[in-house]
Amino acid sequence: MRHTISVLVENKPGVLARVAGLFSARGYNIASLAVSETLDPTISYMTIVVEAEDEKILEQIKKQLNKLIDIITITDFTKKEHVDRELILVKINYSAKDKTKLENILNKYVAKIIQHKADMAIIEAVGEQEQIKQLLYSLNTFGIKELIKTGRIAMA
Amino acid sequence: MIGAQILIECLKREGVQVMFGYPGGSVLPIFDKLYDADIKFILTRHEQGAAHAADGYARATGKTGVCIATSGPGATNLTTGIANAYMDSIPMVAITGQVKTHLIGNDAFQEADITGVTRPITKHNYLVKDVKELAIIVRQAFYIASTGRPGPVLIDIPVDVQQQDIEFIWPEEVKVRGYNPTLFGHPGQIKKAAKLIAQSKKPILYTGGGVITSGGHNELKELAEKIQAPVTMTLMGLGGFAGTHKLSLGMLGMHGTAYANHAIMESDLIIACGARFDDRVTGRLDHFAPHAKIIHIDIDPASISKNVKVDVPIVGDLKNILGQLLEEIKTAPDTADWLKTVESWKKKYPLTYSAQGARLPDGQGSASGGKDDGKIKPQYIIEQIYEATGGDAIITTEVGQNQMWSCQWYKYDHPRTFISSGGLGTMGFGFPAAMGAKVGCPEKIVFDIAGDGSIQMNIQELATCVCNKINVKVAILNNGYLGMVRQWQELFYKKRYSYTTLYNPDFVKLAESYGALGLRVTKKEEVRRAIEKALATDNTVFMDFHIEPEENVYPMVPAGEAINRMIGGMA
Repeated sequence: MRHTISVLVENKPGVLARVAGLFSARGYNIASLAVSETLDPTISYMTIVVEAEDEKILEQIKKQLNKLIDIITITDFTKKEHVDRELILVKINYSAKDKTKLENILNKYVAKIIQHKADMAIIEAVGEQEQIKQLLYSLNTFGIKELIKTGRIAMA
Repeated sequence: MIGAQILIECLKREGVQVMFGYPGGSVLPIFDKLYDADIKFILTRHEQGAAHAADGYARATGKTGVCIATSGPGATNLTTGIANAYMDSIPMVAITGQVKTHLIGNDAFQEADITGVTRPITKHNYLVKDVKELAIIVRQAFYIASTGRPGPVLIDIPVDVQQQDIEFIWPEEVKVRGYNPTLFGHPGQIKKAAKLIAQSKKPILYTGGGVITSGGHNELKELAEKIQAPVTMTLMGLGGFAGTHKLSLGMLGMHGTAYANHAIMESDLIIACGARFDDRVTGRLDHFAPHAKIIHIDIDPASISKNVKVDVPIVGDLKNILGQLLEEIKTAPDTADWLKTVESWKKKYPLTYSAQGARLPDGQGSASGGKDDGKIKPQYIIEQIYEATGGDAIITTEVGQNQMWSCQWYKYDHPRTFISSGGLGTMGFGFPAAMGAKVGCPEKIVFDIAGDGSIQMNIQELATCVCNKINVKVAILNNGYLGMVRQWQELFYKKRYSYTTLYNPDFVKLAESYGALGLRVTKKEEVRRAIEKALATDNTVFMDFHIEPEENVYPMVPAGEAINRMIGGMA
């Protein structure tokens, strides 16, 4: 099962390597990872989506992360009311005659065409994992040429 | 003041009296300042020796051990010693030189990314990029290394940072915002634990290195006596509870006593104190202590419910928590029947060895058919060392059979008297660790109980011992084999002794060539005399005991078995 946790870390070189190293050394899986600076430039914010078979492994992951000196706090969103989003860029086959059909799909999501040429369009979309999945399903009818996703970010 | 001098000033203010290490190009400014510093410096013959010596010093004294090496190979040679200290939670600060800041990342001469290399084997590490940060980093390093669950911290200092000149400001306060170890147990949890203890009929205290680290041995004794529970120790826990105490069951686990393993399996309550349910202790997990509820006291929350499910976790400093528990426990459980049962196991399955010939795996017969072949039994040597030293020595060990026999046959009555590589199982640890222990406790007799394989992994430290008059006594249990590996090959690989037979040097001549005393012992009746002579000699002594070559360590729980399914333990 996937769980979203966030960690506030010291904004120092090597911190990402410490977190990543912990996951690989202990055999945990990272599904996605998003890192950015916070309003306080000495602190960075990491949102980590982890694969954990059971509660015990998730607990271990949190405890082991907590042992890293550069980690300041950990939030587990599993049982917490929160919002989360991921952003995608997706390149699809497209020609002018598909315009209405595409717009009808995109209107149902937080999505827009950010670039288009004679034979393709790049679409930007933001949403929860499930919405993104549905959008991609619909876009597949055009033919998806390329897809890039950011890691999930979350806030309680 | 230049960086190198700032480092020395900080070390002195942290109370560092001794350092172990080895110089090199990237630490020249530091060594220049060490030359007339008020810190005793022990030049080892290999950086690994320096790391283990700092570790042994820390284990014997409770202070933070300090070692230093140059960049590149110097630093990488420290790593086994650092990993060893990490696995056993030993406070250590390792200082390494690094190439000049502007050369980092350029594959410069003797460059190694040592903070990268040691990330998974240190509690924390630092690369000092600005001399302004040096003092606060040293302060944090000692704070982190010695508090909470202790461990090694590495400080990597580029040579140009060592040379930069700034005003020295000693940071009076040390704070790390991501690091706040819990010191006292949660009162609610203490109450729950006290209730479980009062209700138990067959409680057992299972104690580890945390007892020694926290200094909670007196509280442990008080608790054991108050609730009349037997005590079994992990390898790291030996000495935390007196081995001669009538409630002591000695060590448990793979080569533990049969009665300790039976007691833990039959118990209805395990009170785990600063121990981490390591696989060498639990054996087959799904068969471990099936009837027991578990109270787990540990300073490291990640150690709790990692391997076994715990009923009452209590996070904090063990000494404090045992004190809290003692106050909370009003009525002691009635354990008279339980202690009788445990006593009967002690009588039925005592630790034994056959005085004649190697004992067979069934624990009954002996290889020589009961005939005295005059060979020396390793267990006998350790018993004799125990008697000759009145149980008052510091014993270090290497890793393998020598280590397990040392756990079984010497009774440790005081904390910090047994020093051994528990978690990592590092051959070559014992001799340099003995050296460090002797430097820390010069008034104590320090024995390294070694194997002929292990001793050769850091034998170069003979020079360090002799030069610095660090008189340690090394008892080599020489069986001409890598004994523990050979034992597994005998039992599980059809006696195919693949590369476990050793060709050895003449240990007596070798010791003599370094200026130490060498003694060879080939007969049982010479054993005690040799030990007495070693004790009377004001020098480092190598005792080359030629022992029964195929003696095995019993009892033994085969890997992956439940811990009451022992072989050779008559159980």
